[in-house]
Amino acid sequence: MKSIKVLGSGCKRCNQLEGATKAALDQLGMNTPIEHVTNPVQIASYGVMATPALVVDERVVSTGRVLKTEEVVKILEGERGKV
Amino acid sequence: MQVLGSIWDFFQSQLLGMRWLNTIVGRGLSALGLDLDNRWIGSIRFFIYDVVKITLLLCFLIFIISYIQSYFPPERSKKILGSFRGVWANLIAALLGTVTPFCSCSSIPLFIGFTSAGLPLGVTFSFLISSPMVDLGSLVLLMSIFGTKIAFLYVLLGLVIAVVGGTIIEKAGMEKYVESFILTTKSVDIESPNLLKRERALYAKEQTFSTFKKVLPYILLGVGIGATIHNWIPESWVVTLLGSDNPFGIILATVVGVPMYADIFGTIPIAEALLFKGARLGAVLSFMMGVTTLSLPSLIMLRKAVKPKLLVMFIVICTLGIIGVGYIFNALQSLLI
Repeated sequence: MKSIKVLGSGCKRCNQLEGATKAALDQLGMNTPIEHVTNPVQIASYGVMATPALVVDERVVSTGRVLKTEEVVKILEGERGKV
Repeated sequence: MQVLGSIWDFFQSQLLGMRWLNTIVGRGLSALGLDLDNRWIGSIRFFIYDVVKITLLLCFLIFIISYIQSYFPPERSKKILGSFRGVWANLIAALLGTVTPFCSCSSIPLFIGFTSAGLPLGVTFSFLISSPMVDLGSLVLLMSIFGTKIAFLYVLLGLVIAVVGGTIIEKAGMEKYVESFILTTKSVDIESPNLLKRERALYAKEQTFSTFKKVLPYILLGVGIGATIHNWIPESWVVTLLGSDNPFGIILATVVGVPMYADIFGTIPIAEALLFKGARLGAVLSFMMGVTTLSLPSLIMLRKAVKPKLLVMFIVICTLGIIGVGYIFNALQSLLI
């Protein structure tokens, strides 16, 4: 897994998602850096219209929700399996 | 028919209006040896009753609404809109605005998403107007406080403003007043996930909690103001400012309401108290519509996507529409209450 991005305008919910993602990475013992994308143009270029959103290896995996840590773990495990 | 009528009355006054709650709060306060005719006690009674009532309604409503909304993520609404043309597209946009979950912090990505999908500017604006102005929550909430006729007319007129406003912006050729980055950014379609019933319920539960936490301060503030008006502001003041003698009461109510940011759940107790004190229906509803539709934070956000001229046009259309709604309600008040 090369990149993980949290898309959001910097609002509270977006920071919560970043926190959950960090916790999930820790749980999985991964050290992929998390990038927080706040630029609305970049956010829109992913096709995302509801923030916060999570992007793994340039693929949108969740939009409009603050995922719980376990949910991010599940997603990351699933994505890792694909590589 | 008569049976149906009384069932509906019961539904409206007891289930939605929660008259029983007012009785219980009153009895509780009397049991404590407090005099219900005392003004302070009256204020406290109103406060407790309203906070509990609005909280119950809010949690119940947000859950149902979020469940419905989970079927209409903006990505999906965008696709649906792509298959309509002309004024139909505006109408569908206004209707989708009522069920698509949308917070003003996502307005720029949403704007780009709609525009790059080839949707006309007017359609985007129909959505942007209707989304905060009318939603399922306001329909049910208004039903519980003001009754079915007023609630439906409020939603209907809100949709009319959204469709007409969007169409005006379209016909005025305002595209050149959209910031260029909105027009040039290419967006891609992403699949909206197919959720299971369990996942929708989970989403609805999350939404209920986060919305409740977000709007609780507004409810407390709104009920506090409502309780103050209810028991302390002389009726004559309200009647003079917002009653039938003042033809400009609606304009006053709208102008005060527009810059304010609050949730519809917070404005309800104020509206209720003002109406009780002799304000005209139109003034009260214009105030509510003004507070929920336009606010400084959402305008600042929208300003990043459109140039001042279009922003001003948007504000003027909404404000005039809201004032118009007020006058219609005043004219029909005797038929509606």
